[in-house]
Amino acid sequence: MFRLLLIFALALGPAGVVTAEDHGEPISKMLPQLPPATGEPHPEGNEFWRKKHMELLSHDRNLTVREGEREIQASLKECFVCHQAKDENGTPVSADDPRNFCRVCHDFVGIKVDCFVCHRSTPDGVDEAAQRAGGEDRADMVRDGPDLEELFAYLDGLTSPEMAQTEGIGE
Amino acid sequence: MTFRLPDDESEKPDLKRRDFLRSGAAVAVITLAPGVTLTAFGGSEAEAGAADAGKRWGLLIDASRCDPDCNACVTACSQENGWEDTGKPETDAQWIRKVTLKDKATGRESSLPVMCQHCEEPPCVDVCPTGASFKRADGIVLVDKHICIGCRYCMMACPYKARSFIHEPIVNQKSWAPRGKGTVESCTLCVHRVDTGRIPACVEACAATGNKAIIFGDLKDPESEISRRLAEYPSLALRADLDLNPGVRYTNL
Repeated sequence: MFRLLLIFALALGPAGVVTAEDHGEPISKMLPQLPPATGEPHPEGNEFWRKKHMELLSHDRNLTVREGEREIQASLKECFVCHQAKDENGTPVSADDPRNFCRVCHDFVGIKVDCFVCHRSTPDGVDEAAQRAGGEDRADMVRDGPDLEELFAYLDGLTSPEMAQTEGIGE
Repeated sequence: MTFRLPDDESEKPDLKRRDFLRSGAAVAVITLAPGVTLTAFGGSEAEAGAADAGKRWGLLIDASRCDPDCNACVTACSQENGWEDTGKPETDAQWIRKVTLKDKATGRESSLPVMCQHCEEPPCVDVCPTGASFKRADGIVLVDKHICIGCRYCMMACPYKARSFIHEPIVNQKSWAPRGKGTVESCTLCVHRVDTGRIPACVEACAATGNKAIIFGDLKDPESEISRRLAEYPSLALRADLDLNPGVRYTNL
């Protein structure tokens, strides 16, 4: 438990320092920068979709796959009608690109999205292979987080009595 | 650090109620013991989606009309569903393949396409440990890749070798036919087409060549062309000894 708390403290520490010092950068700049959406806003509100999108997608995917219901409301394809991020040339970017609508937030919170191992993330006809070649490998969608092994080793060192003695900690 | 989500649940639509309304099916729940319930779905299942329990989709393949040199059904399937020959026959997906049968006694050869036979009693469904392999209400046997763990039991269970495993990362899938590494796949009877009132790509391609060796239709409708042909002419199921009652039938083998 102590170890867990320490990890949290370490993880939050640097963020706290930044906000406390406030380099004149607004906090909104540090949050995920979503690509602009087209079309009508969600009647349920964005907060609802931010929280419930996976439940809705999962619910409707079962309707489609299991019962053949094709007139569904929540589908990945439907999301990208409005939430398709585009590159400088106006080409829709696939999930191999960090600018992809899903990835912007999911990268921020360090969660790997599996959807695009099977599903397209661009309209039919866009060459995703070119973006795959130029982009990062999907296996690396969660990018360089803290090295946990190193962190644990460091924490183990901190709490072991020898270390406490040599470093003068805990006296 | 204020990327906070509302804690208030009351403003959300009631998903459970929505599920119920969407399914349009009457639900009976019987409590067998505390914590153990038996749920039965009945009523107007047809309204739940395109998978209609009042139908059973099937194919009738006339081997005498199938040209041994023609590969149109295989090509059409490959293009429609986005699987292809990558030059690695050991691992490439094959949703449909042309097979040549030879009667050893007489030397007579016949050519026929073999794909998932969409069994009424599918062994692939029996063995699936996650429920990913399933049969729709209208008899189409599918893999729900969302919950397929890639164990490949179904591939071993299938007597027709109809299923393939995806070994390598895939890109540029069709939006209507998602496929990805680590899951099993097979002929879907072009379910995305059938759900929108169209016929499978192989059937369409075969008709376009003029051979018209494959007929698609509803086996439960006595008036459909496939049912009338089956009633009139002799036909057989591959490996009929296994008693799987496949939805794909062959004539003139």
